Amino acid sequence: MAGKPKLHYFNGRGRMECIRWLLAAAGVEFEEKFIEQPEDLDKLRNDGSLMFQQVPMVEIDGMKLVQTRAILNYIATKYNLYGKDMKERALIDMYSEGVEDLGEMIMHLPLCPPDQKDAKIAQIKERTTNRYFPAFEKVLKNHGQDYLVGNKLSKADIHLVELVYYVEEMDPSLLANFPLLKGLKARVSSLPAVKKFLQPGSQRKPPMDEKNLEEAKRIFRIK
Amino acid sequence: MAGKPKLHYFDARGRMEAIRWLLAAAGVEFEEKLIESSEDLDKLRYVLSSFLLSKDGSLVFQQVPMVEIDGMKLVQTRAILNYIATKYDLYGKDMKERALIDMYTEGVADLGEMIMLLPLCPPDQKNTKLTLIQERATNRYLPAFENVLKSHRQDYLVGNKLSKADIHLVELLYYVEELDPSLLANFPLLKGLKTRVSNLPAVKKFLQPGSQRKLPGGEKSLERARKIFKF
Repeated sequence: MAGKPKLHYFNGRGRMECIRWLLAAAGVEFEEKFIEQPEDLDKLRNDGSLMFQQVPMVEIDGMKLVQTRAILNYIATKYNLYGKDMKERALIDMYSEGVEDLGEMIMHLPLCPPDQKDAKIAQIKERTTNRYFPAFEKVLKNHGQDYLVGNKLSKADIHLVELVYYVEEMDPSLLANFPLLKGLKARVSSLPAVKKFLQPGSQRKPPMDEKNLEEAKRIFRIK
Repeated sequence: MAGKPKLHYFDARGRMEAIRWLLAAAGVEFEEKLIESSEDLDKLRYVLSSFLLSKDGSLVFQQVPMVEIDGMKLVQTRAILNYIATKYDLYGKDMKERALIDMYTEGVADLGEMIMLLPLCPPDQKNTKLTLIQERATNRYLPAFENVLKSHRQDYLVGNKLSKADIHLVELLYYVEELDPSLLANFPLLKGLKTRVSNLPAVKKFLQPGSQRKLPGGEKSLERARKIFKF
């Protein structure tokens, strides 16, 4: 198992950030090769490194893996963050997918046409408050344990806590009525590896600003 | 493990069809509770949310597909598919095979999503969308899978053994063919996989008329979906 995992993406959160969080939480050091020009992406494509011509791509254990979920599932399995059996894995998958549904809405917000933005933000807030956060709060309430599944840290907790940070960036008041989610966030954030990742100077990426958005559009040739 | 899996969805392909294919290919009999009105959906949501008060940890995001299986009420298509695949040994022999299966499955899902959403596309955008699907199928997805089969010359995508990746891909090939049969022209190994998987007894049975396989949704089906899901 030669070397650290190597992440190929642009220098922004996008679809790679959840992978950075998971590796960091697992205490795994990783390298990043940033795509800075459209030509860098072309090169990866022409090399045959990208099965579907897309990034994220992660070089790990002799494989060039693409597709975010494939990468996350492999990392989670390797570092024991995927539950102890198939039933726990089913719950972890269910929760992870719920996080992803809301996370996807938040991720796409910068790409939203200005005249639709307010409506989109309202929808995100509504879904957070009425669908997603209550569902996760209830899971924690039902079993009263420290983590979502099997009384043990899993990818589901890491993805959810990452999401909670993004919701908080958007509107801190959205967390108000979810004490158990706040507790999970505090608990996971205090784990040594996560605490380190949360500090300035780590490989964690900041929110997308105008400049970052322009860069992404340029690299990925989005109009 | 009492009883057959029970699928909750409406009478169409949508996001449940991949699950029907996988169960069928695994030779697993299943029941379907079809949602026929928005009232049925509301009732289901009510049942699901009151179920949340029990301690079994089942979770709902007020959405379908939902599958009752092995005492769980699972939502989220991928969670359901992964559980079924693990249970019926269609998920490879180790984590590296699982990674390949996941990678291929996600590629299938990306193209499949475009095809599934096409009927919902506004009429003035439909041709552009269709052209994009044809382009992506021809230049990105089908070649990627053809190359996998070419690289190892085995009968199945991963580990020389049938997996969920083969089943999802073959299902997709049927949809691509429905859209435009010429798209498969230059992909002999994919055509071979499609034939091979289609001849497996359980799949052959599922492909016959009268099975639980759902037909392409026409205008009527779309209207019904709009009424039920209120979009």
